[in-house]
Amino acid sequence: MKHIMTINQANLVQSAKKGGCGNCQASCQSACKTSCTVANQKCEKENQ
Amino acid sequence: MIHKYFMNGLFIVLDVNSGGVHLVDELTYRLLDEVAPPFEENCPEKAVNALQGEFSAEEIADCYAELKELYAQKILFAEDEYEKYAKFAEPAPIKAMCLHISHDCNMRCQYCFASTGDFGTGRKLMPVETGKKAIDFLIERSKDRKFLELDFFGGEPLMNFDAVKEIVFYAREREKECNKKFRFTITTNGILLNDEIINFINQEMSNVVLSIDGRKEVNDRMRPVVNQKGSYEIILPKFKKLVAQRDKDRDYYVRGTFTKYNLDFSEDVFSLYEAGFDQISVEPVVCESKYPYALTEEDIPAVSAEYERLANRILENDRAGKHFNFFHFMIDLNAGPCAIKRLKGCGCGNEYVAITPDGDIYPCHQFVGIEKFKMGNLEEGTFNEALKQEFSQSHIYNKPECKTCWAKFYCSGGCNANNYQYEGNILQSHKLSCELEKKRLECAIMIQAVRKLEHLSEEEIPASFRKC
Repeated sequence: MKHIMTINQANLVQSAKKGGCGNCQASCQSACKTSCTVANQKCEKENQ
Repeated sequence: MIHKYFMNGLFIVLDVNSGGVHLVDELTYRLLDEVAPPFEENCPEKAVNALQGEFSAEEIADCYAELKELYAQKILFAEDEYEKYAKFAEPAPIKAMCLHISHDCNMRCQYCFASTGDFGTGRKLMPVETGKKAIDFLIERSKDRKFLELDFFGGEPLMNFDAVKEIVFYAREREKECNKKFRFTITTNGILLNDEIINFINQEMSNVVLSIDGRKEVNDRMRPVVNQKGSYEIILPKFKKLVAQRDKDRDYYVRGTFTKYNLDFSEDVFSLYEAGFDQISVEPVVCESKYPYALTEEDIPAVSAEYERLANRILENDRAGKHFNFFHFMIDLNAGPCAIKRLKGCGCGNEYVAITPDGDIYPCHQFVGIEKFKMGNLEEGTFNEALKQEFSQSHIYNKPECKTCWAKFYCSGGCNANNYQYEGNILQSHKLSCELEKKRLECAIMIQAVRKLEHLSEEEIPASFRKC
């Protein structure tokens, strides 16, 4: 493409199909305690 | 839904529902103001007319064709397919706990949301037996979840360090019996750190959060010890020692709070970096607007500009071969949590609870002391399942502001406690928090985009980008 460069895999749909195991960290337990960001959490599915 | 913005010379387009991030040229950026699905065969005449003074008809047609192709690939204007997964939240086991091991503190931080340690409920320490009951409760309630998280919190948890140790040892015994794995964290102000405690934390805690605000004068203004003297000179050497002795693959954060008094908080981030730390979190104060240090909506432009400045300073630092991690700019655009996780945020009151020294159960640390949110008590063996059910419904599809927000799969509905405290309802988004979160996300995505571009050769970057 000449006008657009996609810089990631855009895989949210696929992540839902095999996701939902619930083993990932509660986002508030990492560093924040006052402000929520979930997108910086890691998927733990492979560590089960 | 898409979100597009211009930052640091880049035209960035986020496709909200697929998670796709696209860098585009100016023509594409402007064409997206004119077109949307359903796409016709050729670019609509109205769109061509709007742009053809500055771009050729051929360029516009090319660009339109590229947009159509991305749409066909479902990475532009993708549909939201996730609401059906929101029901997964309902029967969730409890897997995370904030254990208020101490409702007392040896500091008197001005902005403390815990009323200088006791959450307005009287200064007290948690008995070991209550802590053990909390471990039993978490194991029992976690059902098939293997990883259990427990954060020792306060007040200042090191004021009850012997109990911390006993509870950790008890949990280590029980995790073997039950095929669980505890991940302990502790959040400390550092005053009581000594060699024994540092060793214990570095051995047992998968993450440690070290509270310090940045520059000495900034820290000491808001974080005095009980006699009102500043804490910086006491805690800095202890934090350095703890981090120096910690395994490099184990997490830690130095964590600060910024307020209206230090809207130039990127200086505090870099002060922490220059003091030797490379895992840094500096976050906006959470407090009522009546306080002079409170952040209010009028501060949004200044804080937003400072986040952007921080992002650029981090990129400059990268280019100099120096690196550190800023917690709120961490984002993994290729992996990260699954879409189902992204629907419901921290899971407080459903997957995550806080326990007070008296054994009272609350949805999270920020709800402690608000009687209507007391969920039960460990000593009495009570637990309000109806309230858990209510919190399980706190997902983005039940939050009116989130439904139409581009950031919903990144912040996942924000902080329920902030929503309640400032808007009166856990489902009503807190505007100030939302605006700052959105700015952080824009910066975080921009940083990833710049890093990506800087790893490409000139030939790999479309010619139309280079003029930006």
